[in-house]
Amino acid sequence: MRLVLTGQQEDLRTAVRDFLADQAGPERVRDVLETADGFDRVLWRRAGAELGVLGLVVAEEHGGAGAGHVERSVVAEELGATLVPSPFLASAVLAVDVLNAVDDVGMRERYLPPLAAGELIGTVAHGAEAAERDGGWRLDGRLAPVISGDVADVVLVHAATPDGTGWFALDTTASGVHRTTLRALDPTRRLARLDLSGARATRLDTADPDAVRSSVDDLAAVALAAEQVGGMRRVLEMTTEYAKVRVQFGRRIGSYQGVKHALADLHGSWEQAVSVLRHAAWAADEDPDELPIAAAVAQVFCAPAAFRAAADGVVLHGGIGYTWEHDAHLYYKRAKTSEVLFGSERDRRLRLADLMGV
Amino acid sequence: MTEPTGSGAAAEAASLGEFSRRAGEFLDSAIPANWSELEPAELIPVAREFQAALYDAGFAGITWPAEYGGQGATAAHEQAFREQAAGHDLPTGPFVIGLGMCGPTLVDLGTDRQRERYVRPLLRGEEIWCQLFSEPDAGSDVASLRTKAVRDGEDWIVTGQKVWTSGARHADFGALLARTDPDVPKHAGLTMFIVDMRAPGVAVRPLRDMTGRSPFNEVHFDQVRLPADAVLGEVGAGWRAAVTMLGHERVSLGGATRRRDEPLGAANLARLARENGTAAVPQVRAELAGLHAAERALELFSVRLRQEAESGTPPGARGSVGKLGGAMLLWQALHAAGEIAGTDAVAWEPGDEAAEELAVAINAVPASSIAGGTNNVQRNIIGERILGLPKEPQVDRDVPFRDLRVGTQRETT
Ligand SMILES: Cc1cc2nc3c(=O)[nH]c(=O)nc-3n(C[C@H](O)[C@H](O)[C@H](O)COP(=O)(O)OP(=O)(O)OC[C@H]3O[C@@H](n4cnc5c(N)ncnc54)[C@H](O)[C@@H]3O)c2cc1C
Repeated sequence: MRLVLTGQQEDLRTAVRDFLADQAGPERVRDVLETADGFDRVLWRRAGAELGVLGLVVAEEHGGAGAGHVERSVVAEELGATLVPSPFLASAVLAVDVLNAVDDVGMRERYLPPLAAGELIGTVAHGAEAAERDGGWRLDGRLAPVISGDVADVVLVHAATPDGTGWFALDTTASGVHRTTLRALDPTRRLARLDLSGARATRLDTADPDAVRSSVDDLAAVALAAEQVGGMRRVLEMTTEYAKVRVQFGRRIGSYQGVKHALADLHGSWEQAVSVLRHAAWAADEDPDELPIAAAVAQVFCAPAAFRAAADGVVLHGGIGYTWEHDAHLYYKRAKTSEVLFGSERDRRLRLADLMGV
Repeated sequence: MTEPTGSGAAAEAASLGEFSRRAGEFLDSAIPANWSELEPAELIPVAREFQAALYDAGFAGITWPAEYGGQGATAAHEQAFREQAAGHDLPTGPFVIGLGMCGPTLVDLGTDRQRERYVRPLLRGEEIWCQLFSEPDAGSDVASLRTKAVRDGEDWIVTGQKVWTSGARHADFGALLARTDPDVPKHAGLTMFIVDMRAPGVAVRPLRDMTGRSPFNEVHFDQVRLPADAVLGEVGAGWRAAVTMLGHERVSLGGATRRRDEPLGAANLARLARENGTAAVPQVRAELAGLHAAERALELFSVRLRQEAESGTPPGARGSVGKLGGAMLLWQALHAAGEIAGTDAVAWEPGDEAAEELAVAINAVPASSIAGGTNNVQRNIIGERILGLPKEPQVDRDVPFRDLRVGTQRETT
């Protein structure tokens, strides 16, 4: 296993970091939150076309970079560190992973190039009912929360059919699709409800739809862990900097053990979180048999660690950390959302226990 | 002869695979049966023999420089060996301090003669080492120690007392930290020495620890004469030598491979849960999964540190992360053990060895949070040396040791 990044991967990190620092600083993040889309479409296209980071795990023949999950996790880490609102998790992770995993070459050819280029936004949803009528597949049901469901052009839907489950591609402009943007704890990650009533969709050809689902879940766990690790890093940096300058009782607060030790614990859990993330990303590329357990470990470890870090980050800043103007609450809200979005702590742990063979 | 056809990486992978296979074979055949039932004194010769076999087979000092008797191999080889070893219980306890701490310090700071003299015998298990730092009044604050070494011509004369010295009873040599100059501030007047534990004037008295065993000791020095070349590093540079050794200590304590069947490990506790019928209880399953994830996180962190060291980033103070993490993990495991074993963790039938082993492990949990620097001390190190947070106000930094009236010094030196 390889747990350190190569020079090339470090270069990618630097490129992404510079791009984000230049184009999506903290002020810009707040500005785009106020816009109708809640993210910066120009930036998104440039991320696809110029930086090439939306198709890192897309094959070159489909317009991607043909790189791997370690590379994608580097990008997710930087996005998690800056909290730039974007449909990356929905589009460059979930949608791309479904298309990579199904057997349907035609659909891959149709959707992967525009997804990789940032011309199309995709997402994934679960829980619809599919039936064949009027000469095609029709979807019904209420799907929520759908990540970036408010801006997605295409939704890959995992639905129940009369013959087991199946995967469907749904154009969000089709009739019978009604979208509602949900009010959300985390303003940097938009979530939507999709109400489908007889919406026409195309079935994706695939032999084992449930296996596709579990591989997509595992890969999402890795990408999410990367975001979490990035968020932890930023919280740690921000809070450490603050502890070096804030003076109370005549001393800088970082010289008090109550503060120093909390930061030391935060550092330790971040170092370990980085390690499980690197392993899970490595497994995603190199050791598919190991991936389910590595991904489960990553989530069991990183999800609560990231929330703990964000929560301590708010508190260690004192009153200023509790203000709207400060960024600390954005990390808090993102970390709590990420902690529950794909299942509870208990779900994650029980799944890991199953994989451990307990 | 055929030309090698694979790429360099493939050839390396093949050689690694071969190394790993040989290690597995060696471990399957060379570990003495039932060694864990031996009394400490009976264990020593058995352990020495095993360590020699380990060395001769090429599995001791895997990443140590070949010129000093190591194998000069890569971190990947070390990792491969550890993976094989995790499935076994090795009788290497007596060498932990020598191999994890004293040896690497000798490699870093020793003279050629010292490396020549000590490193290979240490790797072959011929000589056991101990670490003589702590004193009754100087634990976390090691630099306030009072054991003194005074020049007598070319020699040094050592007088004082050490305490909690692990393995001193069976040790052949010790790395001793002593005060050689009381007229300068406390950190500046220290020197590290190599001490022959059989020298006249060295007396070792076993102490019982809270498990009821006696793995650590008091060591008294009464006018012990050391030759000039017993100095490890430089005279007056003992603090730097101590920091070097403590750095190795944290990396080795934090990065130690946990036995797969260790009593407080997730695997063993899962086995226990299956046996006592609690394996289906969701809280128990969740507890075990949390413990497994924490174990993996720590294990992967230490692998990552080793890989980084290999690509040129030494661990530095980050060893403290592993050391602290390992100690915290044990408290988590202790909690899980109570949830799973219930009263079986505290009362058992005479002769039930597994239960006894679990109880000893439970009693030994606090040791990791004290030995090698307490958890609070590790947090100070992480905060100050890694995160660069301001230091604690220091009251005695610039005061000559002789004049110190604060802290632990009660009598004039
Ligand atoms: C099993 C075991 C094996 C050992 N083996 C060896 C050995 O082989 N060789 C050797 O030299 N020593 C050995 N030791 C000694 C060990 O290194 C010391 O016990 C340890 O460093 C703590 O010192 P102390 O016992 O004096 O505690 P103290 O330093 O008195 O600490 C008491 C309490 O105060 C806290 N404290 C102290 N200073 C600070 C601070 N600055 N900030 C916050 N909290 C603080 C500590 O965290 C602790 O909770 C061993 C100890 C144990 C338990």
